[in-house]
Parts: sequence; C-alpha cells; structure tokens
Amino acid sequence: MNDIAIHVEGLSKKFYIGRLQQKHRTLRDNLADAFVAPFRRAGKLLRGQTTGAAELDETIWALKDVSFEIKRGEVVGIIGGNGAGKSTLLKVLSRITEPTIGFAEIHGTVASLLEVGTGFHSELTGRENMYLNGAILGMKRDEIDRKFDEIVAFAEVEKFIDTPVKHYSSGMYLRLAFAVAAHLEPEILIIDEVLAVGDANFQKKCLNKMQDVGQEGRTVLFVSHNMPAVTRLCPRTILLNKGKVLADGPSHKVVSVYMGSEKAVKAERKWTDITETPGDDVVRLLAIRVRTEDGEITEAVDIRKPIGIEMEYEVLQPGHIFMIYFHVVNEEGVKVFTSLDNDHVWRQNPRSAGDYVSTAWIPGNLMPEGIFFITPGIRTLNPNTPRLRVADAVAFQVIDSLDGDTARVDFTGDLPGIVRPLLQWKTQFNHRKIHK
Amino acid sequence: MTKISNVSLTVIRPKKGWQTLNLKELINCRELLFFLAWRDIKVRYKQTVLGVAWAIIQPFFTMVIFSLFFGRLAKIPSEGIPYPIFSYAALVPWTFFANGLNQASNSLVGSANLIKKVYFPRLAIPIASVLAGVVDFILSFIVLIGMMAYFGFFPTYNVLWLPLFLLLALTTSLGVSLWFSALNVEFRDVRYTIPFLTQFWLFSTPIAYPSSLLSEPWKTIYGINPMVGVVDGFRWALLGTSTPPGLAMIVSAAAALILLISGAFYFRRMEKNFADVI
Repeated sequence: MNDIAIHVEGLSKKFYIGRLQQKHRTLRDNLADAFVAPFRRAGKLLRGQTTGAAELDETIWALKDVSFEIKRGEVVGIIGGNGAGKSTLLKVLSRITEPTIGFAEIHGTVASLLEVGTGFHSELTGRENMYLNGAILGMKRDEIDRKFDEIVAFAEVEKFIDTPVKHYSSGMYLRLAFAVAAHLEPEILIIDEVLAVGDANFQKKCLNKMQDVGQEGRTVLFVSHNMPAVTRLCPRTILLNKGKVLADGPSHKVVSVYMGSEKAVKAERKWTDITETPGDDVVRLLAIRVRTEDGEITEAVDIRKPIGIEMEYEVLQPGHIFMIYFHVVNEEGVKVFTSLDNDHVWRQNPRSAGDYVSTAWIPGNLMPEGIFFITPGIRTLNPNTPRLRVADAVAFQVIDSLDGDTARVDFTGDLPGIVRPLLQWKTQFNHRKIHK
Repeated sequence: MTKISNVSLTVIRPKKGWQTLNLKELINCRELLFFLAWRDIKVRYKQTVLGVAWAIIQPFFTMVIFSLFFGRLAKIPSEGIPYPIFSYAALVPWTFFANGLNQASNSLVGSANLIKKVYFPRLAIPIASVLAGVVDFILSFIVLIGMMAYFGFFPTYNVLWLPLFLLLALTTSLGVSLWFSALNVEFRDVRYTIPFLTQFWLFSTPIAYPSSLLSEPWKTIYGINPMVGVVDGFRWALLGTSTPPGLAMIVSAAAALILLISGAFYFRRMEKNFADVI
C-alpha cells in the first residue's frame, strides 16, 4: 500500500536572468554579431537548445536540491520570503515548467490554482466563463453541468450569470472564479495565495471550503504569506529559503523559525549546569516552561486555552522576601504586560531555603495570534535588589481558530490589536418609531 | 492492508531531446479543445459593427479586386470559367488557411497567461485556433454555393472529395502554425514575418491564375506548395475544371503531412520552455 501523494527528490530549477555584461566590444564586433548571431541562434534552435546565448547568461537556481514527501490527505503549507522558490516549486509540481535536475512523483490527479480566473474572457458571460474555466482547470463538461447551480450559489452571482464578466464588479468576478476552482475534485490540490481575494465573508467561505477539502482526505499544498492562515489550516509547513528547504515540520515550529530565526522559540528552558544557572548566592532559576492546562509543555497554544508560565527556582539563602515576575513581549518587541507573583502566603513572608515552583496562568482569549517571548526575573525586597533576569527565556505561539467561538468570530483577515479579549457583546433591536 | 490504490502516477523530470506527441493526452482534453475553439469563435467578432459579416467580406472583396485587375485588366486565363467564381472558389480555402495561420501563430503568445498558470497539452492552443476558422469557412462557403447557383454550376460527384481538400488545407495551416507558434514564443520576429509570408504565399498559389499555366514536370514540383493541391482540388471538385488531381496532389498531400508531423514534433520539443520564455 502506497500512501504517498507527492514524492520530491533533488528537485532543482535553473533560470537564466539576462546577459552578463561584456567588456571591450567595438562597433565592428556588434555589427558582425548582429549579422552572424541570427544564423547561429537559428542553428542552435534547430538543435533544440533554447537560447542561443545561453552560455553568456547569468543563471540563478530558483530551486536547489529540494526533497520532501507528502502523504495522502496531508495539508501542507509552504512559506518563505520573496524569491524563496515557492511559486517555482508549485509550477514544477503542476507541470507548467520543468525541473532542471531531480524529479517528482505525483500519485493522483492534480488541480493547481496558481491564480484565480485563469482563462476568463471578459467578453464572455459568467455562464460561458464557468464552462471555459472549468475545462481549463480539467473539469469535464457533465461535471460542470452537475455542479452548475452549486457553483453559482457559492459565488452569489445568480442574477448576473448571463452578463458578460466585463460588467462584473471585481468582487463578483473573483467570487465566480474562485467558486469554479473551489468545486474541483482533484486528489491533490495546489493553491498559491488565491485566498487573498474577495471580502471577509467570502474569504471565510473559501477557508471553510478548503478545510472541507482537507477533511475529505485530499492532499493540499498551500503557498501563503499569511502566517496565521498557514498555522490555522496546515498542520505541517515547509519553509523555503533561496530555493532550499530550510525547515519542514509542524507549522507552529516552522512558522516560528521563519518569524524569529534569530530568537529560538522554545517552550522550556532548564539549567542543569551550576555555573550557567541564572541567579546569585540568594536564589537561582532552575527552569522555566510553558504549559497547557493538561500539563503538556508546548510552544503552540490554542487562543481559547489558558497558558501556564511555570518557574522553578531554588532559594539558597533563607530570610528574604521574594518578588517573582515575568514580562511578556510580542514579536515586534512590545512589552504586552508584566505579571508578579501574588501568592498570599509568600508575598509578605520570608522564605526558607529550598526548591519552589511558581505558576502563573494567562487566561485564554486574551493574547492575540503570534509569538510571545517570556522574560522571567526575581528580585528580593527591602531593599529592592535584582537577583536574576533572563531575556526571552522561553516563547510560545498563540494559534487562533476558525470555529467562530474566538474573538475573531467569523472574520478571517488580519485582526489588529495587542490583546484579543473575548468580550461579552449584546445587541438589542429597537423598532423604529415612526412619527406621523 | 487497506484497499490497493489505483491512482495515476505522474513523474515530473527534465526531458531531453525529442518527445513523443502524446496524442492520448491530447485526445483526453478534447473538451478543452472544443471550449478554446468555441471561445475564439464567440469572441472573434465581439464589439465589431459588421460582426460575422467579416468572415465573408474578406474573401468576397478580394475576389472583386482580383476579378477587376487580373480578370478584366490583365485578362488572365481562367480555364473557361467566369473569373469571379474561378478566383472565389480558390479564395475560400485560401482565406481559411491564411487566417488559421495568422491566428494560430500568435495563439501561444496570446495565451501567455494560460501557459504560465495552468498545465494542459499546449498543442491544444494552436489546434483550437485553426479549428475556430472552420466557422468562417462555412460562412464564406455558403456564399460560394450562392455564386455557383448564380453562374449555373452544379456539382458532380467530384464534390464528395471536397472534405479531403479541406482537410489538406487544415493540415497545411496547422503544420505551418505549429512551427511558427512555437518559434514565436521565443522570437517575436515571427509576428512580422507572417503578413509578408502570407502575401508571398498567396501569389505562389494558383489563386489569381490557373495552375495549368505550368507544364510538366514543373506542375508536379509546384505541388510542393500544399495549397496548390488544395486550390486545384477545390476547383476540380466544385467547378469541374481541367484534369482530376494527379501526381501534384500526392506531392501536396505529402508536403502537408511532412509539415504537420515535423511541426508537431518541433512544438513538443520546444514546449518545455514555453512557460519560462513566453
């Protein structure tokens, strides 16, 4: 039994990017070249070489030795900066362009959506474009016939289905285009950023449709710049950088690699070596970790769930009153808040020597999506003396959900704000009084 | 063990040298071929005042001009047939050929966006372009039937051969288009070559004059231009001119076939770079 959907090995793609500058050319050379070159080019062309001047061209590897395997039913995100090779990878996998070296094996039918509305013709009506676009994307005519009403309803363009699409608003145009694409039933779906279309409501619909696609056991490859969308939709992500696979694994980990490659996003830090332990001869920090309610130590936390910040420390010198605290800093370096240990027993009483564990719970539905770094610290009071402080000791990533029970409700776009509390809303309806 | 899968396997790897034509894949996408041709037909005369009349105006007015200058003034022989119908019977397949060539040669460049964003057998694009011309052909052919009635020509059983001659025109048009459309992707020079070539080709085809002006063996060699076979075939099948097609026709058919096959293989060979170069 073969449960592999896509197997990619050593995939590389070279592009020619313009000619290198040549020095010491005279007009005579240029004239001679102008005369001879067409013949040379024609000769090379007939021998099947693409560009006559290939050897003079500067080349770039858009993909270099990319290997990975995707199992059937997996939903995988592909992220990376501009020019990382994401689009090239999708184009190679959709057979639009061919690799220079390496190979890919694809098990099953593929539909790739590198653009919404490819092949739409502005002079044709919505109905005609549906059939044309469907055929281009690989749908059979009777398949479109069968889904016609469903597609039209999804796109919400019932009234205008026989109007040429050049009279459509851009929103209608995109909705219709996406609706056709969303009704494809391939075994493998390759999508490039097409979700950046339409209004929020429609985005939500598309995202839901995509989630359904994933749940139907279809394999999905999803390229995006929208990190929260990737973490919401794809359990696994591949990070490309300069044509190479830089990271491949659980989305929250890969996204955190991408977001803060200089800062490690780790849920736990322990100091076993005495010489490295932060602190002094009064108190030492032994460990700090991020926990869920279930006690699991994890970087990825659900936006709805409380997050436990647990500090383990050893008091070496008895008789001090301690202040245990931590700062929470977001990706932009903004200090979101600071929290102090307010345990009623210890906040006023000197402590005896020994090991302590203090845990603070950040409530669910407070932090927005994103990565947060924890800077723990311990001071002694009277006099106020700093004892230890570890910048960005641990971090966690908050992942929002599309279930509708979070602060974003049904909105799928970028929700700004430094916190994201779930507030109690109440809306009243009052009949308008008409005075006559 | 779960059920044994029977999913299709596609292997993507660099291709070198000549490729097979992969006609099976092409046949599988015949619906796409149909929709592309249908789109070309639907869109061609959109936002024009005269609309579909253009399909008739082009060959008809060429016929009028030819009749005036070549028929009346130059008194070019027309094998005893009234010059207007003599030239129009040739202009109908010629217009089909020339328009097909023109449209199909620019078809890939015109579909750059499709090529860069979706995979399907690229051959479908020029083929659909040439096929879309069939509608124009039918319209101008209806006029030809009218003219035949007017001049009192009634077709013999020879007319049964007509589809073959149309097929020959299609083969020639497609063969040349495959070469040019593939070349046009990298060398836009092609775009400027085509009007010039069409004009040159028009006069090397017996449209304004009869091929009987030539004697053997030149007449047979003349058949290397497949449009000679097409035009002579049309005249013979419809107007009953001269001798039935002979050796020259075989030469024409062979030439057209060579053009088509070589064009298709060349196209397949260049195809892999289309998305990168276009």
